[in-house]
Amino acid sequence: MSEKSMITLKIDGIQVSVSEGTTILKAAKDNGILIPTLCDLEGLTPYGGCRLCLVEVTGSPKLFPACATPANLGMEVTTNSERLKNYRKMTIQMLMAERVHMCAVCVANDHCELQALANQLGVNHVEFERNFTREPIDSSHDFLVIDRNRCILCTRCVRVCDKIEGVHTLDLKKRSKDTEVIMDLDESWGNSCSCTGCRKCAKVCPVGAIYIEGESITQTKHRDVAEFITARRNSK
Amino acid sequence: MSSTTVANMDSSSKVRVATVWLSGCAGCHMSFLDQDEKIVDLAKQIQVVYSPLVDVKEFPENVDVTLIEGSVANDEQLEVLKDARTKSRVLISLGDCAVTGNVTALRNSWENSDKEVLERAYKSPEDLQAAIPNMVPKLLIKTKPLHEIVKVDFYIPGCPPSADLINYVLTELLAGKTPNMEGKAKYG
Repeated sequence: MSEKSMITLKIDGIQVSVSEGTTILKAAKDNGILIPTLCDLEGLTPYGGCRLCLVEVTGSPKLFPACATPANLGMEVTTNSERLKNYRKMTIQMLMAERVHMCAVCVANDHCELQALANQLGVNHVEFERNFTREPIDSSHDFLVIDRNRCILCTRCVRVCDKIEGVHTLDLKKRSKDTEVIMDLDESWGNSCSCTGCRKCAKVCPVGAIYIEGESITQTKHRDVAEFITARRNSK
Repeated sequence: MSSTTVANMDSSSKVRVATVWLSGCAGCHMSFLDQDEKIVDLAKQIQVVYSPLVDVKEFPENVDVTLIEGSVANDEQLEVLKDARTKSRVLISLGDCAVTGNVTALRNSWENSDKEVLERAYKSPEDLQAAIPNMVPKLLIKTKPLHEIVKVDFYIPGCPPSADLINYVLTELLAGKTPNMEGKAKYG
């Protein structure tokens, strides 16, 4: 494989140099500019689903998901304009309004990426009327539990199950706000014949949708999951 | 966020503060009291004119700042909230129940949750000869956060919000500033 050539671009006015094919998100991160994300996880295929990492590119009226857009030569990227800040606040609010996100009674309280982002971005209330869902909770597995009412459909669990564990037990059914994470061909988790019980789905879940029964959330989420996945990926 | 402040108030008299307890656990009021010695400084500038902590029955006129804990779950609370809004210059949602509905809104997932929670609480198991009380305020079909009913000027999320955060918001307001909640508020 030939060595990738380096390209330069501007992110928030700063001249940066990255290898060709690097995403805007990675280019920004490597240069100390943090763009908020939820569905992104280093080592997993970019999904571009949460829309929190949207950035402006000079010359285009469109917004681009930084996690799934490769950096181009001469690009001028803005990551934190007032418009983007407002959109991010709105996105967080829509995520919180879509299903039942009540931090005080959630297993992931204080260890939740959605909660942390809401606090960080100053989303101190949700302007939209909240939708109170009654999605099925599946606790049929020996120790893995899924509460779909807390799911933000980031698909980290689906991707980690497919790309890292390599079994693809988890996938999605239905569309839009009715989308559900399912096991095998919509089996109960306890009856899933492909699930290896590796727990990666619980580890990567940014909220409290998938968790391990009888294990504290600090224990489930304390390891640097991204590092672990990246290491596994590079060693194959 | 609203630009409403308490800055242009008559500095010779104390700022009139009210606190209201709707559908909540009183934890936010506990957190308010938990300001410890800071509440002494606060007391030099404010007068608590209505609160579950003081013996006043009617919500008074001309209140400068009203802190409301809890969500709106029944028809009496709906009246109390609307009354408090018309008599208050600045209205603050205090805590997760007031801001999001929190635990009190979990029943909203059920279609006729006003009936179903009472059935579950009073009639189940059914062999107990219990009846649903009818002398109490009627539950609304859905529990609602305050801002879905009236205009709210400031939000202090948290279950409960920390005493320091409550103190920060009140101190800023008393100084005529707009509190900046970015990175300070915390749900749950």
